[in-house]
Amino acid sequence: MDGFPILSLMMAVPMAGAIACLFVGANSARWIALIATLVDFVLGMALWAQFDQSGSGAQWQFQEYAPIFGKFAWALGIDGIALMLIALTVFLMPICIGASWNAIEKRVGEYMAAFLFMEVLMIGVFTAQDLYLFYIMFEAGLIPMYLIIGIWGGADRIYASYKFFLYTLFGSVLMLIAMMWMVHEAGTTDIPVLMAYNFDPHIQTWLFLAFFASFAVKMPMWPVHTWLPDAHVQAPTAGSVILAGVLLKMGGYGFIRFSLPMFPEASAQLAPLVWGLSMVAVVYTSLVALVQSDMKKLIAYSSVAHMAIVTVGLFAFNQAGIEGAMMVMLGHGLVAGALFLCVGVIYDRLHTREIARYGGLSINMPRYAMLFLFFTMASVGLPGTSNFVGEFLSLMGIYQASSWVALICTTGIILGAAYMLYLYRRICYGEQVNADAAAMPDLSGREIWLLAPIAAVVLWMGVYPESFLKPMRPDIHALEARLAPAAPAGDSKIKMGAPKPAGEAHEGAHHEEAPAHGEAH
Amino acid sequence: MIDSASLLAVLPELILTAGGLILLMVAAFGGDGTARIVNALSVLTLIVAGVALSSTIAHGPDAFDGLVRADAFSVYAKALIYAAAAVAILLAPRFFSTDSALRPEYPILILFAAIGMGMMVSAGDMLTLYVGLEMNSLASYVLASFMRQDGRSSEAGLKYFVLGSLASGILLYGISLLYGFTGSTAFDGIAVALGDGVGKGELFGLVFVLAGLAFKISAVPFHMWTPDVYEGAPTPVTTFFASAPKVAAMGLTVRVAIEALGPAGMDWQQIVIFVALASILFGAVAAIGQSNIKRLMAYSSINNVGFALIGLAAGTPAGVAATMSYMAIYVVMTIGAFACILQMRDADGKPVETIASLAGLSQSRKGLAAGFAIFMFSMAGIPPLFGFWAKFLVFDAAVASGLTALAAFGIAASVIGAFYYLKIIKTIYFDEPTGAYEAKGGAVENIVLTACAVVIVMGYLLNPLLDQASAAAAASLF
Repeated sequence: MDGFPILSLMMAVPMAGAIACLFVGANSARWIALIATLVDFVLGMALWAQFDQSGSGAQWQFQEYAPIFGKFAWALGIDGIALMLIALTVFLMPICIGASWNAIEKRVGEYMAAFLFMEVLMIGVFTAQDLYLFYIMFEAGLIPMYLIIGIWGGADRIYASYKFFLYTLFGSVLMLIAMMWMVHEAGTTDIPVLMAYNFDPHIQTWLFLAFFASFAVKMPMWPVHTWLPDAHVQAPTAGSVILAGVLLKMGGYGFIRFSLPMFPEASAQLAPLVWGLSMVAVVYTSLVALVQSDMKKLIAYSSVAHMAIVTVGLFAFNQAGIEGAMMVMLGHGLVAGALFLCVGVIYDRLHTREIARYGGLSINMPRYAMLFLFFTMASVGLPGTSNFVGEFLSLMGIYQASSWVALICTTGIILGAAYMLYLYRRICYGEQVNADAAAMPDLSGREIWLLAPIAAVVLWMGVYPESFLKPMRPDIHALEARLAPAAPAGDSKIKMGAPKPAGEAHEGAHHEEAPAHGEAH
Repeated sequence: MIDSASLLAVLPELILTAGGLILLMVAAFGGDGTARIVNALSVLTLIVAGVALSSTIAHGPDAFDGLVRADAFSVYAKALIYAAAAVAILLAPRFFSTDSALRPEYPILILFAAIGMGMMVSAGDMLTLYVGLEMNSLASYVLASFMRQDGRSSEAGLKYFVLGSLASGILLYGISLLYGFTGSTAFDGIAVALGDGVGKGELFGLVFVLAGLAFKISAVPFHMWTPDVYEGAPTPVTTFFASAPKVAAMGLTVRVAIEALGPAGMDWQQIVIFVALASILFGAVAAIGQSNIKRLMAYSSINNVGFALIGLAAGTPAGVAATMSYMAIYVVMTIGAFACILQMRDADGKPVETIASLAGLSQSRKGLAAGFAIFMFSMAGIPPLFGFWAKFLVFDAAVASGLTALAAFGIAASVIGAFYYLKIIKTIYFDEPTGAYEAKGGAVENIVLTACAVVIVMGYLLNPLLDQASAAAAASLF
């Protein structure tokens, strides 16, 4: 694969598909989109297979460089972190297309084109190695998402699309000014070089805040999360999947790629701010989720709570926390995506997201109830599923930095169990009070094919997370080393015992966490 | 002394003058029937003048003892002006044909305006500047009221004339003050006199000159004429006003600020910063409530001028280059947007101007809707469209020269501007269709629209070229 521009190819395939979709009829557009996303999936898997995971290889692989844009360059390249997020993107995209197969009836060509264009930009965000190229990809995502929400969304779609657009745009423009300042200071737009550049700590605070404005909105963090429930509720199912599955991860990716390595001192200095916002988010949005009567809104608020676990993990400044944050991002991408698909399945049948309109679905839709239960449990963080690994590692990481934060954020897991199980009870168990809901047919073959692969990967990630952690480990290790001089001292006063085999050390940490999990289930 | 080198340096103006006068005779004796042929020949004249531009630099930079400058800057600005003027001529016949108002005077007036604009951007002396400005303005006043039977058009012409004369008066007063206190009308002479400190009288002159120029670029607080003139003038004329004269006036402002008033940079920088921010904010906020698309474009042009001025506020070669790049990209976006607006006609072919009539356009006219979306997103400065790059360049220049706060404030205000562009896209894509438009647009309009859209979408590939040209243009001023 040496010298073969696979990353450019992965962006060219959906781009070509997007253009083709604009000019063909509805059915051809569906097939073109499906084929393009499947080809990209195969390319993504080839990328993963070719990626040197040994840790002894170069940090940045598959690099491409073409200085064709004057002040910036077409510079691509990935490390393990980007690889995992690309894998998540290319995995979810065919599922999104499949989820829209019948649900979207009007202007199919434009819809598929918007999704494929979205895929180009998401891959672009995760592969860009030029600061300005990253910004362009990051911002451009607003256009297709604005159109997806606004054209194919629900009743209040116009308000939601404006809010989404203006919120995220306002967050990002200040980041652009900070980027310009950094480029003039460091004299390069190359992200790997900037990651190693030491900016003046006083300036770092300002730069950090400018980037924070963008990533916190994208993430989203409390109190700038309010665009998310609106956008989710109004977006079509596949739009919600891609929003929860990948777009939110751009915020986390931004923290891990920019904020932490480029401004380590400022990150350490402002970590209490991030912790504080995250603690509020975990408790507050979980409580808000508990009282929702709209399924999508409930899952949207739960996303905010889960993303807060990501931010505390990232700002734990240690290997466990950052690995955990990455795992929560991957796991949440799959599980939240799957939950939105589950909502979409029954929404397509009854055309309402009102929880009270359903009930007792496990009687007439047993297969659906089974898969929905699985994803509910995964969202709660049941051991054996992807989210457990991530949440556990994140909380373990933050415990080393601040035990109070760990204590409060762990309540999120209890509350998460509360709102998710309550949701599940109201939809799948109990009396079948609504005749129309009781008459709904079980999952079709297409729907099973959408949900089953996600379930398989969720299980895989929960049982053998090493497959996903291994490519990222050297990069996270490098990041930890970069952060080490600035990392705040922890308050947990962990006493290091004599070196033991890895398995035993893991056991020891597990006991501290056990009571919280005991309550959760 | 008139020498041949000087004449060669103004060769494009000579070609335009000769072409314009000959065509005027053709029109005078041939009657209105010659309109189409005069149209075509005017475009040809502009193209020939554009080709002649390449010969001017060799004989520059100074011609006529410094009255005229033929440098990279003037070539750059004139190339843009001639191209925009040619497109404004090409777009006109279909619009005027419905009112049978197509008369040969239209292209000829644009030719005369182009001569004036060319003189503006290559002025090396306050007097050349004033003559060029008036030459352009007089042609523009007539153009604004070109549809004489139409009340709005006549009103636009009259308003433009009255307010334009006022601005010319202010400018002349400023020039006379500068002349009185510096003893020279030449840019170099003024710069030398300002070099040993800026006196009170010189400062007064500087403020009045900038006020007059701010009127010409329609920057806040001298913007009041713009919405009325843009709305009232026939749409092809509005297309013209929004493109070529903007470049000329901006080029003139930049040249005066750098070449003549350069040593007083600290004094005018704060004025430019205020004008830029006020234009950005006012242009954005005032546009939100508009229901007429041409009026909205007027506020949009005020808004855009504000962004372009940020490059000038930086006062560095990079800043000037950014302003010129901004104008180049702005011209493409504006012409593209107007090529869309010109296609807004109801089923009978009568032009409509309300934004509400665009509702559901994406379902009846996909191509036109996509064109609108591209230009509106681009004007809002959303990447990956080229309009983002224009804003990027000016803010980058501001940050590079230490005006980070200005850049941060300006870019935050651009989010307000994004709102009203989004409103148009929302009307086109999200709303249910109301009335139908005519089924097909004109061929010329579609070609212009497509060409502009391609530049806006693929523009980043032109970056090295644009950077080089703008940098060369800017370097010739310092």
